[in-house]
Amino acid sequence: MKKSLAMRAGAVVAAGAFALSACGSSDSAGSSGASGGFKAPDIPMVKSLGSGEGAVNILAWPGYAEDGSSDKNYDWVTPFEKATGCQATVKYFGSSDEALNLMKNGGYDVVSASGDATLRLIAGGYVQPVNTDLLKNYADIQPFLKETPYNSVKGQMYGMPQGWGANLLTYNPDVVKPAPTSWADMFDPSSPYSGKISAYDSPIYIADAAVVLMTTKPELKITNPYALDQKQFDAAVELLKGQRKAVGEYWSNYAAQETAFEKGDMVLGTSWQVIVNMVEAAKKPITSVIPAEGATGWSDTWMINSKTKHPNCSYAWLDYIGGPEGNAASAYYFGEAPANAKACDTIATVDKDPTFCDTFHAGDQAYAEKIYYWTTPISQCLDGRTDTTCVPYSEWAKAWTEIKG
Amino acid sequence: MRKQPGSQRGAARSGWATVAFLTPPMLWLGVAYLGALAALLLTAFWAVDEYTPQVIHTFNLDNFRTLFTDGVYRTVAFRTIGIAIVVTIVDAVLALPIAFFMAKVASARWQRILVIAVLMPLWASYLVKAYAWRALFSAEGPLSSLGLHIGYGLPALVITLAYLWLPYMILPVYAGLQRLPGSLMEASADLGASSGTTFRRVVVPAIFPSLVAGSIFTFSLTLGDYVAVSIVGGPVQVLGGVIYQSVGTANDLPFAAALSFVPVVVMLVYLWAVRRTGALESL
Repeated sequence: MKKSLAMRAGAVVAAGAFALSACGSSDSAGSSGASGGFKAPDIPMVKSLGSGEGAVNILAWPGYAEDGSSDKNYDWVTPFEKATGCQATVKYFGSSDEALNLMKNGGYDVVSASGDATLRLIAGGYVQPVNTDLLKNYADIQPFLKETPYNSVKGQMYGMPQGWGANLLTYNPDVVKPAPTSWADMFDPSSPYSGKISAYDSPIYIADAAVVLMTTKPELKITNPYALDQKQFDAAVELLKGQRKAVGEYWSNYAAQETAFEKGDMVLGTSWQVIVNMVEAAKKPITSVIPAEGATGWSDTWMINSKTKHPNCSYAWLDYIGGPEGNAASAYYFGEAPANAKACDTIATVDKDPTFCDTFHAGDQAYAEKIYYWTTPISQCLDGRTDTTCVPYSEWAKAWTEIKG
Repeated sequence: MRKQPGSQRGAARSGWATVAFLTPPMLWLGVAYLGALAALLLTAFWAVDEYTPQVIHTFNLDNFRTLFTDGVYRTVAFRTIGIAIVVTIVDAVLALPIAFFMAKVASARWQRILVIAVLMPLWASYLVKAYAWRALFSAEGPLSSLGLHIGYGLPALVITLAYLWLPYMILPVYAGLQRLPGSLMEASADLGASSGTTFRRVVVPAIFPSLVAGSIFTFSLTLGDYVAVSIVGGPVQVLGGVIYQSVGTANDLPFAAALSFVPVVVMLVYLWAVRRTGALESL
């Protein structure tokens, strides 16, 4: 049986929305003498594995580690326990901030972290580098998810990729004619669809404006929408302030956006695959594309606590959840593209859903490369520039208030 | 004179009973309520580390500087106060005739039925009511089919909040009107005043304290709201939403604490003004 769409949507939305709620910080960091740049603390990496310790404490997004208690048809934790002898204790968290706090206080061995929490976990010394040679399923992970700026530091991986999804340019084809081909259509202050444009309610959405500027204002030389110097950032904020005039709603609740599209309150906006599926299931007109300039999106990674007392069981979990069975089960339940290439076969055969991976474009590298994955913007430019400093997330959060006015 | 040990012991016992009786609520007031406020005030002077969501305990005024120098917070604060004033006025205008009918016109039986009717919406969840209004304002909603397309935004927000807080205005006004002797209105009529004049010069001044009491609810509840805004407010931004975002998204607890002082100060000024009118004594 296929999991109800709403269920998966809930999980995806929880993940998406909270993945965004990145860990901001104060702009008064300067006056408080906070650390000046991004550094990964020197934490030793596991060289070889021994036998399991008999237990592993898992900190996860809701829906990433089901043991059958939510729905008896969905249980991929028990098979793991039987195979490894590692008794799993699962704790779900509601936001990246909560995950960060729980990891800081210790007690959890592994965590599923979104791209906007990962760097902070690494910088805080809460997670350890991961020896991918010890993970046999790492070889099957889609190459475009390996050694990304949000899950590695200088080529050193810090975890096992879980899955990803993109923010889509979504519209009502009955109303929006001709069909939009660029995000810029959403940023036109004098848009004919003014008042019916649905923008995403999070500071990380500033990156979407930066993606638009990459094509419309090449002279700004933006190469990474999460690495914006002050001038580039100001241009993005300006673009969003213009868009504000045409925005009908800033959404952060997936169900609200779904009904807004269904009822025609909103006809053009940024959305997720799973919301599009729900509107389609309600038999309402909806179309979504990734425009030529690309899109923002999320990507989650499993990481290991730097102070774990169960390193062997932790590696066992990472290998399992990134493997064809665990990754298929969790990504399918969650509603996202699985990181493991072989997971699609499992979903097609075990879950009898051969179209799932096509819907989520799981193996489509061209599609995946159009996505700029959520990353925490930090002062040290993520695109490698050293001659300037970039605007950190705390400033993004402040600017977001100003954009909405 | 002969001592009366019994009564003295009784007095002592009643003294202890008073202490035992008052300690829990005083602890609640002192620790949970005032203590939390004090902690809030203190937090507003701290900062946050850039990388980890840790509060840094160094005294600084940066949060308040941002609050006062950044125009957007002033705009949002004035907008929120404006919404609170409009909602209060709408509620007062709606509540007066309803409460008057309940207290002075309806029969005893109808009075009871009407009181229940006014209280009934309070039995339903706030969220359910807010989402119901979202459906009403929708492009395919019942209001649109009547040719009244409001959509999401400021007007929708004011209507929803006015609806949500209306019982809090009706009830004190109704209670005030019940205490108002009917003979006063008769006397006014006997002296030749029209019903309009009686209402304006006798009824409204007499129940003014009740109106003020109701306005404290409608005003303060609107000032702190951030949920209805996200449901029917469209792109509108209010203080509660900005505070929520500072905690939930930016994880900047100190700045959120500084922001929270805006509604606290506004409410203190409001209560001070209310006290000046003498309305609090007759509550």
